[in-house]
Amino acid sequence: MDPVSEGRLERRAAMAALVKDRGDLLVVPGLGSTTWDLAAAGDDDRNFYLWGAMGGAAMVGLGLALAQPGRRVAVVTGDGEMLMGLGSLATIGIQRPANLAIIVFDNGVYGETGMQPSHTQGGVDLASIAAGCGFRTCLDVRDETALTDLAGRLKTFSEMLFVRVQIAPEEPPRVLPLRDGIELKNRFRAALGLKA
Amino acid sequence: MSTAIEWPDRLFAALQRADVRQVGYVPDAGHSRLIERCRADADIRDVALTTEEEGVALAAGAWLGGQRAALLMQSSGVGNCINMFSLARTCRFPLLMFITMRGEWEEFNPWQVPMGSIVDPVLKLCEAEVYRARKPDEVEGAAERAVQTVFGDERIAAVLLSQELIGKKVWTK
Repeated sequence: MDPVSEGRLERRAAMAALVKDRGDLLVVPGLGSTTWDLAAAGDDDRNFYLWGAMGGAAMVGLGLALAQPGRRVAVVTGDGEMLMGLGSLATIGIQRPANLAIIVFDNGVYGETGMQPSHTQGGVDLASIAAGCGFRTCLDVRDETALTDLAGRLKTFSEMLFVRVQIAPEEPPRVLPLRDGIELKNRFRAALGLKA
Repeated sequence: MSTAIEWPDRLFAALQRADVRQVGYVPDAGHSRLIERCRADADIRDVALTTEEEGVALAAGAWLGGQRAALLMQSSGVGNCINMFSLARTCRFPLLMFITMRGEWEEFNPWQVPMGSIVDPVLKLCEAEVYRARKPDEVEGAAERAVQTVFGDERIAAVLLSQELIGKKVWTK
């Protein structure tokens, strides 16, 4: 393993661990790698894959969490996508949705566009920003034990949660899910018992 | 006939009739009364945004979860939303917007003109239906048409609330 990747989790394995035994968790991945990671972990009607709308993943999660207070919602996105929507952490911070977890797979690079360094590699600390926005629980996940603990928490958490998962800057082969937005929307709603 | 004071109440009534449960907004003087009404209503979740495009994503999430949302903003906010509109366009999410206009009638601040002057064509390029209300008694009808377009046809619609409705901004006190 190269020095940059050392001590960091493998992204596909991390996503698989989080959704393996997901219960009734609703999952919104951000555009790019986290969408491919979630697809690779296995398709599910309760995944709302984002193929665009960069910077919007956390807010899609907020609207969903407010509409479905009885279900837990996990947004799993990358550091670049989160950086484009940093203000949404402030917006979520004052709404305090008890059923929303924002999980950032942080590898310090923009993997989709050629591995250019992201601001987190330059020292921007997303967990501190989330804490400053009012997230009382901000977790840093760096190893398998913490990842297993997080997977468990996703079934029990009862206040909004921010998690940084430190992943290696690797680029596994793309696994492309369904990309018809209307179909993704309709099947997600149907899975919740709503009219498609 | 509606008076100048009550048109925000008519917008609020339209939101209630449409069963809108989440209202995203960037604070705006023209929408201050409507925002106040939403904040005071226990059945409506008011979501203060840091920038308008957050509201486009909020509305998408709300619809995924079975709730209707609306977005309140000033004309300058339309520019901030353009890329995020692709979410509503690609997935055909209902998106209802009430937009107060700046940069037209009696505008003092020239910095408001560049965006204000292109709001209508920009929205149309983004496949939104645009309804204009210039006088208080046009507000309710425009809102009802927009609600029908958005939730009846699952499309994007905006009501543009002309600056005449809101009045001149007072710059010196």
